Amino acid sequence: MKILLMGNPNVGKSVIFSRLTGTDVIASNYPGTTVEFTKGTMKLSGKRAEVIDVPGTYALEPISKAEEVAVEMLHEGDVVIQVVDATNLERNLYLTLQLIEKKVPLIIALNLWDEAKHIGIKIDVKKLEKLLGVPVVPTVAVTGEGIKELVSRLPHARISAYRSTDHEKWADIGRMIAQVQSVTHRHHTLLEKLGDLSIKPLTGIPLSILVMYLAFQIIRFIGEGLIGYIFEPLFELYTPLVMKISQLLGPGFLHDILIGTLIKGEIDYTQSMGVLTTGLFVPFAMVLPYVFSFYLVLSFVEDCGYLPRLAVLIDNVMHRLGLHGSAIIPMLLGLGCNVPGILATRILETRRQRFIAATLTAICVPCTAMLAVVAGLVGKYGLQGLGMVFITLFIAWVILGVLLDKLLKGESPEIFLEIPPYRIPYWGALLKKLWMRIKYFLKEGVPYVLLGVFIANVLYTLGVIDFVGRIASPVIVGLLGLTKETAAALIIGFLRKDVAVGMLLPLGLTMKQLIIASVVLTMYFPCVATFAIIVRELGVKDMMKSAGVMIVGAILVGSLLNLIL
Amino acid sequence: MEITLDELEIERPAEIKRIVGGFGFQRRIAALGLRVGKIVRKVASEPWRGPIVVEVDGTRVALGRGMAMKIFVEEIGE
Repeated sequence: MKILLMGNPNVGKSVIFSRLTGTDVIASNYPGTTVEFTKGTMKLSGKRAEVIDVPGTYALEPISKAEEVAVEMLHEGDVVIQVVDATNLERNLYLTLQLIEKKVPLIIALNLWDEAKHIGIKIDVKKLEKLLGVPVVPTVAVTGEGIKELVSRLPHARISAYRSTDHEKWADIGRMIAQVQSVTHRHHTLLEKLGDLSIKPLTGIPLSILVMYLAFQIIRFIGEGLIGYIFEPLFELYTPLVMKISQLLGPGFLHDILIGTLIKGEIDYTQSMGVLTTGLFVPFAMVLPYVFSFYLVLSFVEDCGYLPRLAVLIDNVMHRLGLHGSAIIPMLLGLGCNVPGILATRILETRRQRFIAATLTAICVPCTAMLAVVAGLVGKYGLQGLGMVFITLFIAWVILGVLLDKLLKGESPEIFLEIPPYRIPYWGALLKKLWMRIKYFLKEGVPYVLLGVFIANVLYTLGVIDFVGRIASPVIVGLLGLTKETAAALIIGFLRKDVAVGMLLPLGLTMKQLIIASVVLTMYFPCVATFAIIVRELGVKDMMKSAGVMIVGAILVGSLLNLIL
Repeated sequence: MEITLDELEIERPAEIKRIVGGFGFQRRIAALGLRVGKIVRKVASEPWRGPIVVEVDGTRVALGRGMAMKIFVEEIGE
């Protein structure tokens, strides 16, 4: 049996999904967190049933790619659980009537029941059941309240006999609401007032700058703290062991691969370039701390509901780039890792927007893994080095966006977005989300880092890097002002950008060269994981177009930097 | 007097009287509560003709100026 979880965006489908199946999925407080379906299984009266978490949709006429996915899924389900936002019953019932029209067995989870009660909304559940002709179960997904009853009543899901024509629906819903819902008059809550203040331009714009500044400082503070007080000391404890291995191995090919080069007879974790030295140090002592701190802050901002407000404030700027405000969400996710960022472009309405957003993310948005190593690399020059990398990428982002907007046919639709209320993040859920994201890095990232270091060593030994360096030297040395050894980083960059940046360290580059190399490495081509997701989302043809923009853009910007700095 | 939602003053409640534009557009905004007869309050209006934010049925919805110009309202409580 296939059970579909459907409903409007941001009503808590993903949380209910986690409750039903025990499968963890990312949930946040903004419409469009789920852009593709997730499958899980649950036991239902002794039998296995498949549960599918479907992206949110306001109606069965899709507006965006994510909604298209939702509507297509409908044909596959045997039963639909519609998750309804109890604080917004009227609006949610529209989808209910459309689902009833499709003659699918239906059961309703009346979610956010606590919040509805809290703000003075009373709903007569029994009466609603009778009017709709399907079971209705109040739930509070984040605490698990009502989930047991939902499961036990799942077999009672049924096809309602209720019928209404298209233009009657809203009138019918109005009559229903009058019968089942009573709202006590209430004053605006503090969180609501704060919510409005953060969207009014006069207060909202300064606040957004403050939020960004604080986010950046907290990420840095926690990241640096973890590195300095936990991870580097841990590696110091590990050093004697590696030195032992180094002595046991003696000089030779295996030593070069596992331990790398000893610097002045010692192991230098950032320069030795062995699988057991730099290969472990980069992912664990340089990247992981920042992955942790970035996602901790991002998850908090996501769950409290700030992102849609930021989208509205920045809408104007995004329109110059052929996008609208909502596109800031994929870009911010892209700062963590480009892969989920590009997947999130599905919340945009047109293919043109998705192309621009994905291309800009892949070119100008460096991921946390890469940034962490860049920070380690140019950090010794203070904030100046990192600042130059950021400013350059930002300017390139704006110019490329404006150009793409001018060159590509079509226009960008206006923003149309529900702004959820601020919610106090539910720490259990937040930490679980943080853990999922870290696990993703450990599983999908770390092995590639090790592989990258390994391949780099093999390529060096075989002389491949020297060969490519000589061929590419007119561009790398001539135009970009780098040394020909940086060719190695450009090759490995396709596998993992953090390793690529790490490979620059032993080269003894100047600050100017490090800035140019960091910018070029961000822009020239996506890493293989991002590449694959772009091909999947945009198709091979558009990926080629996108890649063209990347290569040309990287060489142009790199050459310009070489001239200016 | 009928004015567009774009012209409505901040914090002034108004009733939606008329919505022009295609069927798809009407259906789409109806799903977020913007329908004839609804009371709206404009919460914010972003500079340089950026989007506006309105409260309807206790929720906030952001929409572009082009959309706001297709929604006609009448101020209430004068």
